[in-house]
This record gives sequence, C-alpha cells and structure tokens, in this order.
Amino acid sequence: MTRPPSPLRALVRPASLSFLAMVASGLVILFGAPHVLDTFGLVQMTGFTAMAMFALSQGFIWGYGGVMSFGQAAFLGLGGYAYAVGVLNMGDSTVPVFLAIAVPMLFAGLLGYFMFYGRISDAYIGVITLTVSVILFQLVNTTSGSQYRIGEAELGGFNGIPAIPALNLPGDAGNQLDPEGIWYAAMGSLVVVYMFLRAILASRFGRVVVAIRENETRAQLIGYDPRLYKLLAFMISAGIAGLAGCLFANWGGFISPTVFGLTMSAQVIIFVLVGGLGTLLGPILGAVLIQWLTIEAGAQNVIDSNLGLGAILVTFVLLIPQGLVPVARNLVLRLGTALSGRRMRAKPLGPAPGTALAGEVRR
Amino acid sequence: MAPDLIGLLGFNVLAGIATLALITLGLGVIYGMMRIINLAHGEFMMLGAYTAVAASDAGLNIWVAMLVLPPLVVGLIGLVLERTVIRFLYGRMMDTMLATWGISLGLIGLVTSIYGNVVRGVSTPVGSFEIGRYGASLYSLVIVAAACAALAGLYLLLRLTKFGLILRATMQNPRMAASLGVSPDRIYMATFALGAGLAGLAGGVLAPISGISPAMGAAYISRAFITVLGGGPAILTGTGLASTLFGFINELVSFKTTPVIGDVALLVAAVLLIRVLPQGITGRYLRRSL
Amino acid sequence: MTHPTISRRGALKLGTAAAAGALATPFLGRSGLAAEEPIKLGSLLDGSGALGLEGKRMIETTEYAVELLNKAGGLLGRPIKIIAYDTQSSMQLYTQYAQQLALKEKVDVIQGGITSASREAIRPIFGRSKTLYFYNTQYEGGVCDRNVFCTGTTPAQTVNHIVDYALKTWGKKAYIVAADYNYGHITASWMTKFMKEGGGSVAGTDFFPLDVTNFSSAISRIQQAQPDLVLSALVGANHSGFYRQWDAAGMKGRIPLGSSVFGLGDELTTMDASTTNGIVTCYGWYNDLPDARSVEFVKGMQAKFGADVTDLSELDTATYDGIMLWAEGVKKAGSLDRDKVIAALESGISYEGPTGKVTMDGATHHTTRSTYLARPKDKKWEILASFPDQFPADTAGACDLLKNPKTNKQFTPDLKG
Repeated sequence: MTRPPSPLRALVRPASLSFLAMVASGLVILFGAPHVLDTFGLVQMTGFTAMAMFALSQGFIWGYGGVMSFGQAAFLGLGGYAYAVGVLNMGDSTVPVFLAIAVPMLFAGLLGYFMFYGRISDAYIGVITLTVSVILFQLVNTTSGSQYRIGEAELGGFNGIPAIPALNLPGDAGNQLDPEGIWYAAMGSLVVVYMFLRAILASRFGRVVVAIRENETRAQLIGYDPRLYKLLAFMISAGIAGLAGCLFANWGGFISPTVFGLTMSAQVIIFVLVGGLGTLLGPILGAVLIQWLTIEAGAQNVIDSNLGLGAILVTFVLLIPQGLVPVARNLVLRLGTALSGRRMRAKPLGPAPGTALAGEVRR
Repeated sequence: MAPDLIGLLGFNVLAGIATLALITLGLGVIYGMMRIINLAHGEFMMLGAYTAVAASDAGLNIWVAMLVLPPLVVGLIGLVLERTVIRFLYGRMMDTMLATWGISLGLIGLVTSIYGNVVRGVSTPVGSFEIGRYGASLYSLVIVAAACAALAGLYLLLRLTKFGLILRATMQNPRMAASLGVSPDRIYMATFALGAGLAGLAGGVLAPISGISPAMGAAYISRAFITVLGGGPAILTGTGLASTLFGFINELVSFKTTPVIGDVALLVAAVLLIRVLPQGITGRYLRRSL
Repeated sequence: MTHPTISRRGALKLGTAAAAGALATPFLGRSGLAAEEPIKLGSLLDGSGALGLEGKRMIETTEYAVELLNKAGGLLGRPIKIIAYDTQSSMQLYTQYAQQLALKEKVDVIQGGITSASREAIRPIFGRSKTLYFYNTQYEGGVCDRNVFCTGTTPAQTVNHIVDYALKTWGKKAYIVAADYNYGHITASWMTKFMKEGGGSVAGTDFFPLDVTNFSSAISRIQQAQPDLVLSALVGANHSGFYRQWDAAGMKGRIPLGSSVFGLGDELTTMDASTTNGIVTCYGWYNDLPDARSVEFVKGMQAKFGADVTDLSELDTATYDGIMLWAEGVKKAGSLDRDKVIAALESGISYEGPTGKVTMDGATHHTTRSTYLARPKDKKWEILASFPDQFPADTAGACDLLKNPKTNKQFTPDLKG
C-alpha cells in the first residue's frame, strides 16, 4: 500500500535538507565574513577554520570509522611541516598544498598497515597513534641545529619554522594572498571538505565503513575486508588533517613541534566529544566553541584559564555527555513533532542522532 | 669499558627502571582494575610533589614530607574526585577520559592560582657516593627502595589481606562479587584512592630531583601510559616487567645519545612490543599472576 | 533699512562653518589637542609556564617603568597605556597575541619576547605590520632587522669573559650543556669559538629540549669525559633540575661550572647555597650591585611590588632600559611615527640607567653597555670583575643597518673563522 516516495519527496528528506542548509550557511559565512569582520577578526576566524577542519578529520575517522585514532596531531603536524618545507623550497605554493595532503596520507598508509593488518585492538590503536605523535614531537623538537634542513628550509627544532610564505594563486608565485584571501582559501576548503565527506558517507564505500564500525564481524562475514576499509578511511582522515595543517601554517605564518604534541591531540578529541561524536557538524562547532572559550579564558584575569576550562569540561561531561549537536538535534526533532502534531521520520544518514548514540558508538 | 663505568651505568639503569615503575604503578592500578584512562595521573603526581614541598617548608621531617604525607593527601583528593565526578562515568571510557582531562586542567589551574608559577624545589636529603672514580647520587638508591617497597606493599595487600581479595574478585567479575555481598561502588572508590595515593607517592619521591611546577605532570603521563599498556592486564608483574624492559632501553640509549633519543627509544620499543603482543606482556605470559 | 542683523546668506554661511567645525573637532582633537588619548605600549611576556620565572619580574618592571614615565608627564604630553598579554610560554599564544597587538590593538611599540624562539616567531609579524619592536632579553646575538632593537647583552659582551676566566682559573678542557633550540645552539657555538681562540678545547656538547628534567645520563657522560670545567646554556624551569642533580651527585666540588643563563630567575632564593655557590656568570646587571642608581631601581621595585623582590636580574634592567630608550627616541623624534623614531634611535642615544650608561648603537640596533662577572656566595652575588662599555662586537661583525637598512635576518657565528 505504500508508494515509493516521489523524487520531490526524496529531495525534501530531512537529510538532504540539512546538507543543503549546511552548505548554504557555509557559503554565507564564507562570503559574508569579510564584510562584517575587521582584519583581525578574519585572521581569528581563519584559525578557527583550520581547527574545525582538523576536528572534522578526527570526527570522521572516530565517529564514522570507529577507529580510535588519538594521534591525529601527527598528521596535522606532518601536513603543516610538509607545506612549510615545500613552499620555502619551491616558492610557489600550489605543489606544497598537495604535499601537505599527500605526505600525511602516505604516513597514515604505513602506520595503518602496521596497525590494522596486525589486528591490534581498539584501545591499543588509540595509544599507539598517540605515542606515534609524541615520538614525532620528540624527534622534530631536536632538529634545532642548522644541519637539520630539507633543501632551503631549516627545520629549526623547538624554534619551529618562522616566516612561512602564505598561499598564492596557482602560478602567481610573487603575489601572496592577504588575510582576506587566506580566509577565502581556508573557509572555502572547509566547505569543500564537508561536502566531500558527506559524499563519501553517502557512497558505497562510506556505508561499508560505517557498517564495519557497527559490527566488524558481521561485515567480515558478508565479505568485506575490514582492514582495507579502515586503512583507507584512516588515510582519508590523515589527508584532511594534513590540509588543516597547511591552513594552520598559513594562519600564523609559523609552525613549531607543538603541533605534534599531546595537547594538540587531546584538544581535537575534546572538540569532537563536546560537539558530538558521530556527526560532522559537531566537530566543527566543538572546535570553534572551545577555541573561542580558550581565548576568552586566557584574556581575563579573574580565574586561571586552566581552572576555568577544566571546570567547564567536567561540567559538560557530567551534564551533556553526547555532545552539543545530538542534543540540539534531539530538541529540534521534538519541537518539530510537537509543532506539526505528527511524527517526523528523520532518515538517518550515518549513525542515528541523539539517543542511539550512547549505545551504538563504542565509547 | 672500565668496570666502574659499567657499575655507574648499571646503577643508572636500576634507578631508571625504579622511576618508571613508581610513576606507572598508580596508573596501572586504576586502569587494570577499572579500565579507566586517568589523564589526571600526572597531576596527581604533581600534587604529591607540592605536598612534599609544602610539608618540608612547614618544617616537617623530610622523609615524612616525601614518603608519608603525599600518598595520604593525594589519596584523599582522589577519593573526593571519585565520589564527585568519576563515579557517574563508569563504563564510559571516553567520557572518563574527557572528565579526567578536565580534572587535570583544573588541578593545574588550581595549583597555579595558589602557588603561582614559580618553580620550587626540595633538596635531596642524602648525599653522594663513589662508584670507582664516578660520583653518583645516593638518592637514586632511595628511589629504588621506594619502588621496591611500593611493589612489595601492593603485593602483600592484594595477596594477603581480605581487602586485597575483594579487590581482585571485583576486578575479575564485578557482578559475581556484588552477588556475594560486596559493593562494587565502594571498591572502585577505594581503588581509585589507592591509585591516586600511589601517584602521590611517586610525586613525593621524585620531588627532589625534578623541577616542581604546576605543569610538571605532562612529562610523565605518556610514558606511564605506554608502560601500563605494554605491561598488560596483570598489575604488578606487568608493571614490573614493562618498567624493566623500557627503563633499561631508555637509560642505555640516553647515555649513548641524548635523553630525547632515549625517550623516543622507549616509545618506539613500546609500540613494537604492542604490535607483537597486542595484549601487553602479561596478556600472553604469566597470565595468572597478580 | 539695513540693520546690523545677520542676513540669510550670512546665517547660512555661519551655520555651515559651525557644522563643519563641529564635524572637524574630532580630527582636530586627535592631532593636536588630544591630551587624553594614551600611547599604547604592547607587552608580550611569559607570566607562567617554563619561562614564567623570568617573565614575572619583567612584567612587573614594565609596569614600573611606564609608571615612572607617566609620573614624569608621559610622552609628548600623552599618558602611556600598557596592553599586556601573558603568552604562558606557548609559541602558539605568542603568534596569536602578536597578531592581536599588531592588527587589532594597533600598538605603537612592542616590548617583549623572552626565548629566542618566541622572538623569531613574532619578529616577522611585527615586520609586516610595521610595529616597532624592542627585544630586551639577553640572547645569542646576530639579529639584524631595521624594525627591531635589542637591549640585552650578547655573547661578545659576556660569554667571552666567562671563558677567559675559565681558561685562566680552571683549565683548558670544557664540556658544554645547552638548551636544544636556537639560543642554546648558537651560544654553544660562541662558547666553542671563544674556548678555541683562547687555546682551549671542547670535549663534548650536549643539547637538551626545554622539557627534559632528568639529567642523570648527562651527568654520567660528563664524568666519563673528564673535563676541567662545564659551561652551561640550559634554560627554564625544567633545566634547573640539572644544577640540583649535579650537586646531589657530588659533582659540585669536583668540576666547576660557568653559565650564560643561570641566576636570571629566582635560583638564588629557591635553591640551596650549596647548589648555587661558585657558578660563574656574566651579565649586564646584578641585584647586589652597590651603585646608587642600581640600589634606587631595586628600592623602587620593592616599594611597588613588595619586599620579597630580591631576585631581579639583567632581564629586568634591560626591560627598563628598553622602555626608557624608546621613550628617549620618541622624545628626540618628537613623534610616534615609526621611521622617525628609528632614525632618532639610530642617531646614537645614550641613557643613564640602573646599569650605568647604555648607548644604542645605530648600525647594529644593539646596546653598548657595562657587564660584570659574578658568582653566588651564600645566596648573594659576589662581583668578581666589571667591564665597562662593552661593544656588541658579535652582531657588528655582520650587521650594518645604516648601510643596508633592508637587511632582515639573524646572523650566526662562523666557526671556521
């Protein structure tokens, strides 16, 4: 007795509506920000964007891939350093941007092969990835002497690499982008990455990845090789983190070994948890919110910034453990039900929002 | 190599193993018993060190200030934190990680507000001695003694006391223990306090040789963590074996090259070990030990 | 019929003139009559973290110096307002706050940066935004940047004297331990160069990242090499453990120590006398110098911040000098315009401060000043020698901003020379 939904119905499904809404708001922010904010505000927003992309990479591999990769900072750092070394050597920024994506992907391929094909259990993957990023931190931290250089670029060790040339339009090497140009590049790539991830999740590959996350044995019995899919998802998230690293280097014109550090890895995990594990909007919001809070906390003198941040985190975990976005989505759905008087059937894209989260995602 | 150099190196290795064992034990108890990733472990150590400094400044005997007071004070703090925060998050590994990270930040902030960011110190209460023509610090012997005492004490507690029996039972099968009349809640509370106390002890013992500042915990957390996982499910044997292996590699490589490469060697060795023995050392060998 | 009333046209003219005048007063006010609009002095220092020891006093000195200037009437008739950010020893915060000070607050001058790494991170930002930058921390020398003025001492003013003393008093074979970043590496290079020029040798050089706290293996290595002396360029809170561990291993009486960084924080007050006694250092100022101006500075700081301010160092007097020299430059230029102030500073300004006479050298943008050799004795500094008018020969060897104002880099010593 049920007719297949008409194409119009399919388009108006809540899932694709939300996708269009997200992209639309992204574009509005992209083009609107330069008119509303001053240079400093734009620079700050660019920093937020880089972190948001980093959080997206974490949210993808963890929330959808089910891989507890806690060392994403390794890829952020590799991307940032690859860009810096590349642009200092080549002058033009086009190839270095690809390097910033490719080098972390390669590294993730090797590390992923080592981990997934070695059948290491989940918690241990978290520790190994975290340890690898700490190892990278230690190693890069010791490259202070002038003998540590790749071509023209001195690695600089603890001092980092200062005065990194900014992005330029492809082919126009002499003309570096100004803060507004960098904003367009950063926010634009965030929108593109978001659309890319949505496309992947809707594709067959993405569905298999999610299926593996939900029940690896079942997926295996159906005939998919979980190791391969996890490896590929791992590499994709590494590439995104690398691109975020490139944006990060552009934002400050500077990069130092702290990008590999424990704090950076822990921060991005917090972004995702606060925003909502198992969503894409969650990591973005979590990143912006926490970053903004950190800056505000550092700027005031009433209460020590660490104390304030710690208190906020603990309160959060106790009161809103699923993260902001699932809770908000839940509220909206309930509101929608109350207003429209009949049950709105939200077709889940990826893991079900809100209530199902605590059970499904392996926390 | 001259025999006294070998003696000196051997002594350094022993001290390194003992230090690693000390800083790992508290984390191992909490993770081994309750599967909680306590990211505030480094800060518990920091609190132990500050307790030692404050007590020694207040005129208490240095040994009491370092060995007796820190475990008690930090154990108490751990108890309070468990009752107010951790208790609600059992079974939720990610949330406990987040909460303990928040606690760690909060503790750093709290201590900074109280003590400011000055780096304090406690002087080593014992002098030096000779190994051939080399001078070595007697205090390293104190560290070795403290580590042995902690391991032995924990062993005795778990093996010979009723409390230890209940602890082990709850760890193996909480439901069964509950149906036999034990309240797992109270056991978890005691375990967390025990782990915190051990971390405090480590902080107190290490106070004389490190620069004490609110953020000092960060230096210890990653290697404590990786040693716990490398050790495997058995708390004592696992910690002991993993500390021995990693401490040995760390000290030797540090001597040959630099402390940083020594740290990297420790971490790399740990990663390789986990690849070969995914459950840690005592996941495969000596599985039935404590 | 013509009474002396204001005609319509007249009224219109008058009205327009009045309106124009009303619209113009903001502009008029800003340029000439703004007695209230303050001059903005940006401060980027570590109040907490690994360098918090050193930073805390430098922050207090900044406030003290500006207070003195404001009491004397401010600059160009305007009060000076400090906009300070605590960078918490974090590179990321340095970059972030630097951008904020340059682009958002648009300050007129920056006084800040402690580690050489932080200086190198923010130098390009201020170069781009054309904000005048004073770096007041003693460092490894060589910065050659028209936008930057350095008031801290450099190796050719200090390390050479330590090495001379070592070669004369202790022996010819040195072992160097240094922090693993640009300051440590370059200072170690200077130490090696001076040792070799004086006929000595270096048995080994070890570098330690800023977060290393365990030096037991390092101390074993040093013992194995059997040097006559040890030179230290270790930096920060974590590295202070080296001195305690060195004392604990009984090395204090056996191998003497010299250092280019020790004592700049509160080591004398928090460490035991047995740990600190005898470590030879050379700086532009010491807390226990007897001269009148020096004592006045200490007393002034104590009056403002409390009697426990007994651990001031060259970092603080150089901060003071930096602010005062900038003020002199502004007064001489008669304006806050960056190029005018730079020109005034380059013309060779002198200033009498707590350390004695300090002269800005126009070609290098560094200072010629006095330095003193001293070592701790029972928690006070015992002055061994003094060296007036030390010229920044290390930077001068490569840098001439009067001839080549477009230079913008840091020169490092050539060991083969």
